[in-house]
Amino acid sequence: MAEIELRRIEKSYGEAAVVKGVSLSIRDGEFLTLVGPSGCGKSTLLRIIAGLEAQNSGEVVVGGRCVDDMRPKERDVAMVFQSYALYPHLSVFDNLALPLRTRRLSFAQRLPFLGRAFPRRGGIEKTIRADVEQAACLLDIAHLLHRKPGQLSGGQRQRVALGRAMVRHPAVFLMDEPLSNLDAKLRVQMRAEIIALHRRLGVTFVYVTHDQAEAMTMSDRVAVMMGGELLQVDRPERLYRDPEDLRVAEMIGSPKINVVSRAHWTSLGASLPAGVHRNSMYLAFRPEAVGIVASGDGRLNGVIASVENLGSDIFLNVTLADGHGTVVVRTHPDASRSEVVRSVGLQIDPANLLQFDSAGMRQRQAEQVEAAA
Amino acid sequence: MIAGFPGRRFAGRVARHAILILTVAFALLPFLWMVSLSLKPPEEIFQVDFRLWPTAFHGVENYHVALTAAPMFRFLLNGLLVCAAIFALQLLVCIPCAYALAKLRFRGRDTLFSAVLVGLLLPPQALAIPHFLMLNVFGLLDTYAALILPWAISTFGIFLLRQFFRSIPDEIIHAARLDGLGEFEIIWRIMIPMTAPALTAFGIFSIVAHWNDLFWPLIAVRREEISTPALGILLFRDDEAGQFFGPLMAGAVIIVAPLLVAFLIAQRRLIDGLAVTTMR
Repeated sequence: MAEIELRRIEKSYGEAAVVKGVSLSIRDGEFLTLVGPSGCGKSTLLRIIAGLEAQNSGEVVVGGRCVDDMRPKERDVAMVFQSYALYPHLSVFDNLALPLRTRRLSFAQRLPFLGRAFPRRGGIEKTIRADVEQAACLLDIAHLLHRKPGQLSGGQRQRVALGRAMVRHPAVFLMDEPLSNLDAKLRVQMRAEIIALHRRLGVTFVYVTHDQAEAMTMSDRVAVMMGGELLQVDRPERLYRDPEDLRVAEMIGSPKINVVSRAHWTSLGASLPAGVHRNSMYLAFRPEAVGIVASGDGRLNGVIASVENLGSDIFLNVTLADGHGTVVVRTHPDASRSEVVRSVGLQIDPANLLQFDSAGMRQRQAEQVEAAA
Repeated sequence: MIAGFPGRRFAGRVARHAILILTVAFALLPFLWMVSLSLKPPEEIFQVDFRLWPTAFHGVENYHVALTAAPMFRFLLNGLLVCAAIFALQLLVCIPCAYALAKLRFRGRDTLFSAVLVGLLLPPQALAIPHFLMLNVFGLLDTYAALILPWAISTFGIFLLRQFFRSIPDEIIHAARLDGLGEFEIIWRIMIPMTAPALTAFGIFSIVAHWNDLFWPLIAVRREEISTPALGILLFRDDEAGQFFGPLMAGAVIIVAPLLVAFLIAQRRLIDGLAVTTMR
């Protein structure tokens, strides 16, 4: 049982500030994903929670205890690393047993050579063996226990790394891009397995990734980080539909959200949709919020530059009429055939138009504010 | 496709092997000469004509003199003791130093590492007189300690091991800390097993250097009972052999033999240790 509370965490390496005053509450049993581009400070934040790095200021509270003065071992957290960080000279069994041995055996019992002679060591080793085997069965790696990590495939190593983290039943799981070394197919499969593992263990997961698809599919809540700051923490569907910041809107969703500046919009001779706030400098809309109409009938007009057929969807890249900027449109494959170089009009649903001011902050229309409230 | 030119391929291989054989022969010649001399009677050693195998085999007599005229086993035992003690102390000092320099973050780490590099540049001969004076102050001259203590800290070892420790990813050390290992346990359970080839390579360097060292034992030690093999051979020449080169060479073969055996046993690991491979 552990909720995590971060209070104004600051971290800098020399002059470079990596984490800038991040405050975040993570609920007990929640799956929270930290997502952001590389170098945004998300991995540093994770290592601060683990106790592998010390923050310059701020507090970390895990399960109601301030853990700032505790060593990683005492924090009751486990971590899965991008490179898996398995011990290459130890068998899978010993990799899984090591965290249990350091906790259950006394210092004297762990001594090289001499340790075996101490009383009760045999009994403790038996409980360790039982726990390791149980974890291995859960992850379907029981047949690999005698192998060395070098003899395993990427997916198997990933499971061993998960096993080493879960074998001691920590209150918090920290994961630092655990899937990024796997091929695409395996990644999707392991995603599902990690979600299932979270459901079964019911403990708090903090998951770091730069892949917005992982963040969207796996998490209860997603925290979007950029430049060392938290931009927005919310449920995945809210992040997609209702981003507070233009950078969040651009980060979440694939293909990327379409952004047309107000100046560009008017220079195209198009009238602004009704309800556009006077402070709004950027108008953004998702690919599925655009409809294709006959050329000249839409609010914006352009020429289809390329067509990407994904089977379930077709994405059209439409170059705007003045030749600058591209809008991505998602259409249904059953819709009329789209050809390159055809001129089309774009109809944008005003209800799905997101407006941002010059600083990239969300501007809401009056009725949207009411709806959000 | 290459099989289409068997003649050319064969010629190339002959040329390559000829060059290799020539180089090896050049390197081995002094050694072969030593073995050859150790088998010859005195009158044949100074003959003008060159002959590898003696006409009159005198090996038994030479080796018999070498083993009996001087306490050869005592020298070998001393060599073993001194080299083992030096290597053990070096590991005791180098491994924690190298770990700290490679993996811990603390103020002044880079300055300390520069000091290690400066230490690498100093020839050991330059330190002989300070070492001698210090040992004199502590009254340790002409003891085993005089042979061992000056070599207890190896800057080369610190440097070599630091480079190897650096090649171990930080994530493994982070994982070990989360798994509850203390720093010394990380060294013992993670770093040492993962860098075993490097430690073997360092061991061979260290043991070869001190087994063969003549310079320092000559300065620090005078008593025959604590002489190392190289020094023992020298004493033996002065006292007994004079111009009898046969027994002298036999003695030299005897002191080189243990090193050769050790090298043949550890050859594979030595090469692994020197070829910097990625450790996964």
